[in-house]
Amino acid sequence: MSTTEVRSLSAPERRRKRGIITMASLGALGLLIFGILPKNGQPVTYSFVLGNEWVLAKEWIINSKMGALAFSAISLVAVLVATLQFRARKTIRIASGLFGATFLMSFLCWAAAGKFIPFTGLLQGALFLSVPLIFGAMAGVLSERSGVINIAIEGQLLAGAFMSGVIASLSQNKWAGLLIAPVAGMAISSLLAIFAIKYGIDQVVLGFVLNVLVIGLTNFFYKRLLIPYQSTWNSGGTFAPIEIPLLSKIPVIGPIFFSQSIIVYLMYVAVAIIHIALFKSKWGLRTRSVGEHPTAAESVGIDVNKIRFKNVLLAGAVAGLGGAFFTLGAVGSFSKEMTAGKGFIALAALIFGRWSPLGAVAAALIFGFADNLQGLLTITGTPIPSEFMLMAPYVATIIAVSGFVGKVRAPAADGVAYKRGGGSH
Amino acid sequence: MKLKKLLLPALSFAMALFVSGLLVAFSDAKVLALKSHPLSMISQGFRTAAGAYWALFRGSIFDPQLASGHLLQGFYPLSETLVAAAPLILTGLSVALAFRAGLFNIGAQGQFIAGAIGASWVGFTFNLPIVIHSIAAIAAAMLFAGLYGGFVGFLKARTGAHEVIVTIMLNYVAGYFLLWLLSTTAFLRPNRQDPLAPEVHQSARLPHLFGPNLRANLGFIIALFAAAAVWWLLSRSTWGFRFRAVGANADASRTAGISVARVTTSVMFIAGALAGLGGAVQILGSEPAMTAGVGGSFGFDAITVALLGRATPIGTVFAALLFGALRAGGLTMQASTETPLDLVLVIQALVVLFIAAPALIKSLFRLKNVDAGETIASKGWNG
Repeated sequence: MSTTEVRSLSAPERRRKRGIITMASLGALGLLIFGILPKNGQPVTYSFVLGNEWVLAKEWIINSKMGALAFSAISLVAVLVATLQFRARKTIRIASGLFGATFLMSFLCWAAAGKFIPFTGLLQGALFLSVPLIFGAMAGVLSERSGVINIAIEGQLLAGAFMSGVIASLSQNKWAGLLIAPVAGMAISSLLAIFAIKYGIDQVVLGFVLNVLVIGLTNFFYKRLLIPYQSTWNSGGTFAPIEIPLLSKIPVIGPIFFSQSIIVYLMYVAVAIIHIALFKSKWGLRTRSVGEHPTAAESVGIDVNKIRFKNVLLAGAVAGLGGAFFTLGAVGSFSKEMTAGKGFIALAALIFGRWSPLGAVAAALIFGFADNLQGLLTITGTPIPSEFMLMAPYVATIIAVSGFVGKVRAPAADGVAYKRGGGSH
Repeated sequence: MKLKKLLLPALSFAMALFVSGLLVAFSDAKVLALKSHPLSMISQGFRTAAGAYWALFRGSIFDPQLASGHLLQGFYPLSETLVAAAPLILTGLSVALAFRAGLFNIGAQGQFIAGAIGASWVGFTFNLPIVIHSIAAIAAAMLFAGLYGGFVGFLKARTGAHEVIVTIMLNYVAGYFLLWLLSTTAFLRPNRQDPLAPEVHQSARLPHLFGPNLRANLGFIIALFAAAAVWWLLSRSTWGFRFRAVGANADASRTAGISVARVTTSVMFIAGALAGLGGAVQILGSEPAMTAGVGGSFGFDAITVALLGRATPIGTVFAALLFGALRAGGLTMQASTETPLDLVLVIQALVVLFIAAPALIKSLFRLKNVDAGETIASKGWNG
């Protein structure tokens, strides 16, 4: 900025500036490490499966050094565009997205030099790993937008996974398992609702204890009943994928999105409903008002705690349904602590997505992609230890909440119990 | 007056044991087989639960069978309780101290791992005289973990990043970092590929307290001293006064001229150092070869310990002794009655749940005029 137009930047502008500086330095580093430093390039093979039949695979071979250089250059152009837009006081979202995508491709060229990348499979796996994250993050949106912190997402997922697996096995009916999963999640969230809303107990502490309780209970029954009597208690099976006519025939997109199990389709529906309802319906307006300014909401006749109670229960149901994906959607049987911290990554996605449904979905997809990429690169072998790839979502979340990337603000009354008549505990 | 304060925790513990007892009884195959005879089902259920709890006692306090040869040996389980309690006291103190300053330290797990890494590294890399070697290992552990915790406080002070989110994320980062570290040549045993660090040298180990046969070691005494130090810090020092002031009302403290940023950073540094000391005690006292699972569930347990102990140093010591006993006894219970160790987690969670909700226990037992003590609260995401 030249000295003639000295003006103070507003807080979001300052963050945007910091974001551009971060992107610029990342892009330059990428150009250096992925593009310039490697001595000679090796071919990278990208394969795109167009339909479900593997014979329809199209291959695209590029030189790793050339590819990394090209993508890094585009990413730097994106930074330039972002800078110009910033000067013109416009948002830089599209340029940032372009930067992210090209930076990632540049990284891929470098990391997979001389190897084969099944591109369709990579994205398919990313969606697969994102499903529980998306369900969990939606549960977070529902409860936190109304002002109740939901750290117990992990417990709700685990309860859903356990009960759906057990009931599907005992009744030999997967649909019974799918029906019970939301109920199980709701049972946990009803404890959260009663203790947090009725007794006003600290929500972070409470959510934490509920997680321990569910982990303890499911581990206990797993060892006591599910292992010794596996054939009756723990053999629920999985739902077969359903192919949506026409849509599943679209090249690349079809096999990724429209050849999935029923639980994934339920997820699409849940995300759509939550997004629309939260911003367009009476319920959504009330939920948001209760989460931002409960006193004002009550003054116009909204029963704050009733809305919160309903939303927390609903959140449990959504997370419980997501839990069913672990058993009925993926593995077919329950195993000890099978949610493996996914509830906490879902929480991270919620925060990363700034408490908005679509933002949380995007964050969950990114985390799922990182997780799947890590798995793929561990198998093919990369210059980076897989443990560091696994850290990525967590480090990204820390960076996000530290305000380096953008503004992250929770609903104003999130985590503050409300007493009738305007006041908090 | 004092006794009345103990009533709620005691009733909560009794309730937790009762509910868990029902779980044990009605998940037993022998009990379930008697479905058609309700009376004998109840008596069998009672026997099953009583058997499990008797094993819990034998594994944590006193075992008459072991005492037959030598009376002291009968207290072997009690010594195991002390071994389990030492790191719990230290991590519990870490969480409790942060609570008092209005911070919720979920990161004891990661800080414990950072400490274990420091103690293990100094313990097996250097050759130093006894005592000095232990002190060096402990200092490294406290420094590593202190910085790991202090970073959280620094971030919160500088950018407002909520400590709950940052510490949850840092726990995973520490776990993966440890996993990576154990695959590097510096932390692999010569000619071995399994993720197990070399044992720390004898010169760094903490001496046993009651002879070579009982594993109880100096770590427990260190933990008691740490509790005393935290008590002194909180209730007798100027810094402790600032900590509590910020915990009670950050805005008022700022107006009164206390640097909230400096308090936040130093509280998290000390909390981290305490958890790291826990890691050091674990490595130097009872688990000389560090594994990827060294953190165990210490982070979880620390929070339940601090909550049960109402975030006071003395309460934390007793809560840690109780949970240490459950841990030690849980192993015996699992071995001799096939009751999964995870029952201990259920008991822990239920105790804390009941304690956290005094209104519930009061209404269950129709108590009146019982002081529930101050309830522990962290702040919302924006706080």
